[in-house]
Amino acid sequence: MTKGRGVKIDDDSQAAGRGIRQSMSSLHTWAALLLGWILYAMFLTGTVSYFKDELSQWMRPELSRLSEIPDQAVVAQRIANELGNTVPGTTQWSIRLPDARNNSAYVFWRTSARNPGQRAFGEGNFDPATGQKVASRDTLGGEFFFRFHFQFHYMPVVWGRWLAGAAAMFMLVAIISGVITHKRIFVDFFTFRWGKRQRSWLDAHNALSVFGLPFHFMITYTGLVTLMALYMPWGENVAFKTPAERQQLTAELSAFIPVGKATGQKVPLASVEDMVRQAQERWGRDNVARVNAVLPGDAAARVAVTRGEAGRVSMSPQYMEFEGATGKLLAVRDHVGPAAETRGVFYALHLGRFSDAVTRWLYFLVSFTGTAMVGTGLVMWTVKRRKNLPEPDRPYFGFRLVERLNIASIAGLSVAMTAFLWGNRLLPPPLEGRADLEINLFFFVWALTLLHALVRPARSAWVEQLWMASVLLFLLPVLNALTTQRPLWHSLVEGDWIFVVMDLMCWTLALLHAVLAMRTARQRAGAPSRRKANRQAPITVASSERAG
Amino acid sequence: MNAVLHRVRSTGPLISRIIAALFGGYALAALSSVAVLALPLSKPQAVLTGMLASFLIYAGAVIWVFAVRSALKAWAGLIIVAVALLPLAWSVS
Repeated sequence: MTKGRGVKIDDDSQAAGRGIRQSMSSLHTWAALLLGWILYAMFLTGTVSYFKDELSQWMRPELSRLSEIPDQAVVAQRIANELGNTVPGTTQWSIRLPDARNNSAYVFWRTSARNPGQRAFGEGNFDPATGQKVASRDTLGGEFFFRFHFQFHYMPVVWGRWLAGAAAMFMLVAIISGVITHKRIFVDFFTFRWGKRQRSWLDAHNALSVFGLPFHFMITYTGLVTLMALYMPWGENVAFKTPAERQQLTAELSAFIPVGKATGQKVPLASVEDMVRQAQERWGRDNVARVNAVLPGDAAARVAVTRGEAGRVSMSPQYMEFEGATGKLLAVRDHVGPAAETRGVFYALHLGRFSDAVTRWLYFLVSFTGTAMVGTGLVMWTVKRRKNLPEPDRPYFGFRLVERLNIASIAGLSVAMTAFLWGNRLLPPPLEGRADLEINLFFFVWALTLLHALVRPARSAWVEQLWMASVLLFLLPVLNALTTQRPLWHSLVEGDWIFVVMDLMCWTLALLHAVLAMRTARQRAGAPSRRKANRQAPITVASSERAG
Repeated sequence: MNAVLHRVRSTGPLISRIIAALFGGYALAALSSVAVLALPLSKPQAVLTGMLASFLIYAGAVIWVFAVRSALKAWAGLIIVAVALLPLAWSVS
């Protein structure tokens, strides 16, 4: 598999015949490289998505924070009334109630209009205090990174999800083959050497991988599980022939009530507040997640109130089903079959929504090491090959391609993601299609970083883009102070922790990017030492041979 | 002509393995996710078990394909497992 420009440091073992570790090493290198850039973007946007609710709050600064969680029963009733007035003909609506992490309710409804070309659903954020649509800037908020993480953008959702699935599958193979390659992986972990160029990239890559290995494996596999019905529909297709049969499966996966036949008899929805009150008694005051209604306003209406995510590591559906017209409790669903529960646990492990603040930060940090694992792996591909280039001044096309794509997909992504947040603060709120403009800005800046990486010498491009990200991140709290009513000093006094932490995170990440920029720049300045490193190469090759 | 032949001979097995890994591996995973329906489980549980296991089977198949000594052996392994699973998948469809 290592035809041509294979992994040159393993020349000896190649001569001695290709063992399993050698073929696994090649598999690891190529499987990871091929989709590495996509994986890096998935890892980084996925990592920040652990704080997507907080990010959404930051991106809607007009919406004041909730000093305490409002009574979910009251809020549910308020929004149900509002929906009865504003979308009376809907066949289905769903409210995600505000909780400790969300200061607004998210509502989704089917539109009655069946005209082709018209959207079949509407969505919006609602103010828990008034029950009305929030008057804040139009933005997708943290939801953008979350959706990009598994379906990308500018392409049909299904294509994006298949691409994400392919990337995840390559990742799974890369992890397994990576472990087989590094037989002495745990020894490697304790022999970390800083500042030895290629060797230290390899060590960093190994350390990041080993440190988070169980997590990386879990997160990759459970990522596939979240969309498994799309990727592996064959068993389902064989087992269930009719839509009615298929509902047996749907009931195991979500709190989905099939939309029955409308009777045409208008009966207003019974008290939603009472329904949520019963759910609160069962699961706790702040532990109701959603209220879903089908055929509201009809005699055949049904309402499901679902359990919150706190207190259990599973996303399997738990809900109470009510008759909409009378408010009578029809059923309590609190368990699913063993395979469905297993899937629910895997799903929950991936999303981490059950987490308290400490667990959430751990999720964030370990995911971050996963991002760094992919990033160091990508960089290593070029570092390994640079010293073996036949013409160091004019590298072959493939090398240059990987080198430039690395810059734009690693340093460039930091710039683009920060630009997205700048756009959120700078684009004027009344602008038409503002939410889309923020997203277009993100991709526009990302494309610019690629252009920049293509025209500048590689090392300069790295340094300049890392500094760019650092400066943008560093100034973001300043921009926030200038453009909103919630500057750092204010948030500190008010105990507005999301805004405080966001500002501090920006500075931490600015520092990280500055350190990376300075390290990269120093490597260039120390060009003579590169020749020295080359002379030492046989020794490092020998040691890497031993360590595998 | 000889050069082309040489090219095919040197890259053929690799391409064969890549196809075996990408498509053979997926086919095997899909087949196993159907064969699981033959287990004495309720239908929804069996379907979900098949889906959950399929990605590990896919990954295992890819590792197998690149771990063995020859492309021929890689294909042979996939086919032997597929032949074993076929009657099970057949019985439920």
